[in-house]
Amino acid sequence: MRNPQLNAAGRLQHLLTLEELPADIVNRILDTAVPFVSVAERDVKKVPLLRGKTVFNLFFENSTRTRTTFEIAAKRLSADVINLNIGVSSTTKGETLLDTVDNLVAMNADMFIVRHGQSGAPHLIAQHLSATGRAHIHVVNAGDGRHGHPTQGLLDLFTIRHYKHDFRRLTVAIVGDVLHSRVARSLIHGLTTLGTPEVRVIAPQTLLPTAVESLGVHVYHDMRAGLSGCDVVVMLRLQNERMKGSLLPSAGEFFKHYGLTAEKLQLAKPDAIVMHPGPMNRGVEIDSAVADGKHSVILPQVTFGIAVRMAVMSMLAGN
Amino acid sequence: MKIEIRNGRVVDPGQGIDRKASLYIAAGKIAAVGEAPEGWHANRVLDAAGLIVCPGLIDASARLREPGFEYKATLESEVAAAVAGGVTRLACPPDTDPPLDEPGLVEMLKHRARSLNQAHVYPIGALTVGLKGETITEMGELTEAGCIAFSHADAALVDTQVMLRALQYAATFGYRVWLRPQDVHLARGGVAHDGEVATRLGLPAIPSFAETIALETIFDLVRATGVHVHLARLSTHDGVARVRAAKKAGLPVTCDVAIHHVHLCDVDIGWFNSHCHLVPPLRGLRDRAALRAGLADGTIDLICSDHTPVDDDAKQLPFAEAEPGATGLELLLPLTLKWAQEDGLPLVTALARITAEPARALGLAAGQLRIGDDADVCVFDPDARWIVEPAALKSQGKNTPFLGVELAGRVRYTLVGGQIVHEGA
Amino acid sequence: MTSAILPDAEATLAVLADKMRGAIAHDARLIGIYSGGAWLAERLAGMLDGEHPVGYIDVSFYRDDYAQKGLRAKLETTTLPFEVAGSRIVLVDDVLYTGRSVRAAINELFDYGRPEAIELAVLIDRGGRELPIEATYVGARLAVARDLSIVLQRHLDGGLELSVEQAGGAAGA
Repeated sequence: MRNPQLNAAGRLQHLLTLEELPADIVNRILDTAVPFVSVAERDVKKVPLLRGKTVFNLFFENSTRTRTTFEIAAKRLSADVINLNIGVSSTTKGETLLDTVDNLVAMNADMFIVRHGQSGAPHLIAQHLSATGRAHIHVVNAGDGRHGHPTQGLLDLFTIRHYKHDFRRLTVAIVGDVLHSRVARSLIHGLTTLGTPEVRVIAPQTLLPTAVESLGVHVYHDMRAGLSGCDVVVMLRLQNERMKGSLLPSAGEFFKHYGLTAEKLQLAKPDAIVMHPGPMNRGVEIDSAVADGKHSVILPQVTFGIAVRMAVMSMLAGN
Repeated sequence: MKIEIRNGRVVDPGQGIDRKASLYIAAGKIAAVGEAPEGWHANRVLDAAGLIVCPGLIDASARLREPGFEYKATLESEVAAAVAGGVTRLACPPDTDPPLDEPGLVEMLKHRARSLNQAHVYPIGALTVGLKGETITEMGELTEAGCIAFSHADAALVDTQVMLRALQYAATFGYRVWLRPQDVHLARGGVAHDGEVATRLGLPAIPSFAETIALETIFDLVRATGVHVHLARLSTHDGVARVRAAKKAGLPVTCDVAIHHVHLCDVDIGWFNSHCHLVPPLRGLRDRAALRAGLADGTIDLICSDHTPVDDDAKQLPFAEAEPGATGLELLLPLTLKWAQEDGLPLVTALARITAEPARALGLAAGQLRIGDDADVCVFDPDARWIVEPAALKSQGKNTPFLGVELAGRVRYTLVGGQIVHEGA
Repeated sequence: MTSAILPDAEATLAVLADKMRGAIAHDARLIGIYSGGAWLAERLAGMLDGEHPVGYIDVSFYRDDYAQKGLRAKLETTTLPFEVAGSRIVLVDDVLYTGRSVRAAINELFDYGRPEAIELAVLIDRGGRELPIEATYVGARLAVARDLSIVLQRHLDGGLELSVEQAGGAAGA
């Protein structure tokens, strides 16, 4: 089955998922992001690459953070950006997802940044655009259900590469609610694609998807055992609604077993880095001392996130 | 009208016949097979050279979408689709709108179908009022109105006490009950098989044991009540094994599988193809292999199409939001032939699953070509290849994972009660 | 075109340096356009009198052929270890052809600040301008057929060499 993200020439047409994205394309995105980091450090933080292009932020799920970073990235590429929070507009009136897309295409959209609560929504949009002769419009997945968050995965890879350089020597642990996490899935695909020899998931059985090993990871229920010798520790956000009920008894019990404290971090390598996609629940998945401590690269992740998104959008728009 | 179907290969699984012969029809019944009756003079001769002549297919589950869902399909279009697919009798599940829980609705449906004079339609009545799982329906009245069995379609029957009472009641009067083995709690919110594919795609999932737990519950209730239960839409490897054991232990159960599950598994979802959103979900390779083995050894009695027309708007949605179901009346035959050919099964065994066996499960005196039987006949070309595309389907449901696929097996003639109701190219 | 007709890169560089020596501002910053211009700027800094800080510029984000060709595969990072605002700058490039790369470089520089003046030094001017841009200092002039590219290479020992290739359809410098 042809990879729906690549055009007939094998170049990136959409960014929907990190699954089956060839390593050379992943590396190219990371390499392209490097000069964009410097652009952010100038006074004039703009380059003219997407001048005259219209980027629509199509957010069916609220997320001020992600939407803002995409908006900043698009504006730094000189694009015109329109934000649409669909929860409060047409779809509540019964307009379908694809009708909404068609209306925006009629307003000369060049690129859609899509966040949706259902897995597969960006794929549906990309396929619809291809099927209706609008294959030149690009789709970027900003998070679909539990399935994927490829730009987050890429910025996580960029961060790891920035501090650790060679994936082929690393032990990376991903801790927390893997079952519901699109961030975890994307990162796992990216890490395995780039040849990371040891990728671990650390979580209670209730928060791990069935057959998770098939993604290429080792499962740990014991956090101390899982952190041992890690170069990178990625903490996942535990959403409020998961904290009580049949998945977990309480936030307190979760923190006891799976929260990252300075004491547990000592089991990782002395130069280990700590990452978190944000926003953090301090005292639930991560201790404040660690979040603000010397191992934490959580703030640089945000900066890198803008550069990576600029790289993705400029690579797509140029293809 | 006297009709002669000449020089075809007659395959009648119910009688174990598979030979070149001509078929003779008079006054709507089978008059003879092989030798013409004395003084025979045909009004019409159908040339069946190179074709297969078998009993009209019997589809144990096809949604006709009336009453209530006429924007998805109507009796006219779906019954035309049935005969185009060689189906002469079909049973429709009770999940219409309103559900088939009142005799008036059932009578109207039967009347409508009769007036169309194409395939016979056998409504399956609702087991509980409104399919709400609380109060049992007036099964006696519904049977008189024309229901041949009672089921809960895909609606949840949560309260095991209610299930027990419904089965006891049905057992009292000898009614057949059809049940879908799926534990409502374990299946809640799930849209795909709980395995590697759902994990990778991030789809809420239904574990295999949602089926086996429900099966064991049903088996115990069957043991307690003595009712005959038909298990609708098996999907798992372990489920097949449980049914095999239950049958061996002498429990009065039969079961079926939907034709799409004979061919597809969760990997076919690909990048969220909503045409593969089905109930029960498409499961893994091991499950598909077990379903095929079950069909070959008779653990699974019959194949149905589970025909469910879904309008395009309801499919062009993200996978989990898309309405489940696939069109199937016109694919039942070619897909059954494909299965038989792939697994090296004799035609007479494969066709049994869509003729004599469904007749038995539905309690119909049909599905065979005995002298004196209603002349329900399907004449098809097993080698005619065609591409599954919207224009090629008579059903209003164009939703199938097989869109664009070339299949072999096209119906040339369908006869119901000795009348030619479909002539295909 | 045979290499007999191509000038020697090192000799041409010496000619260029001669022309620049004494002519450029004493505090001029040299900014080389990747990659050929960058090598040249480095070398010139050592060959000219006085302190001339060196910066490097990648013009990929400012090119005018992005819509047709997309982003180039290999990107470098623009590195300017000095203030552009108020500076006297000499842009350095290996081959001046259509003038489009220089246009892009000037646009990029202005996004860093308003320079006092910009001059242009090139190793080879091959004519064929598509924009009104001229070099202040030229090492050598050459007439080259449109389907050919002049390429500067740097050997492991730092030695520079000019060669000719079939044009890959790339827009000229």
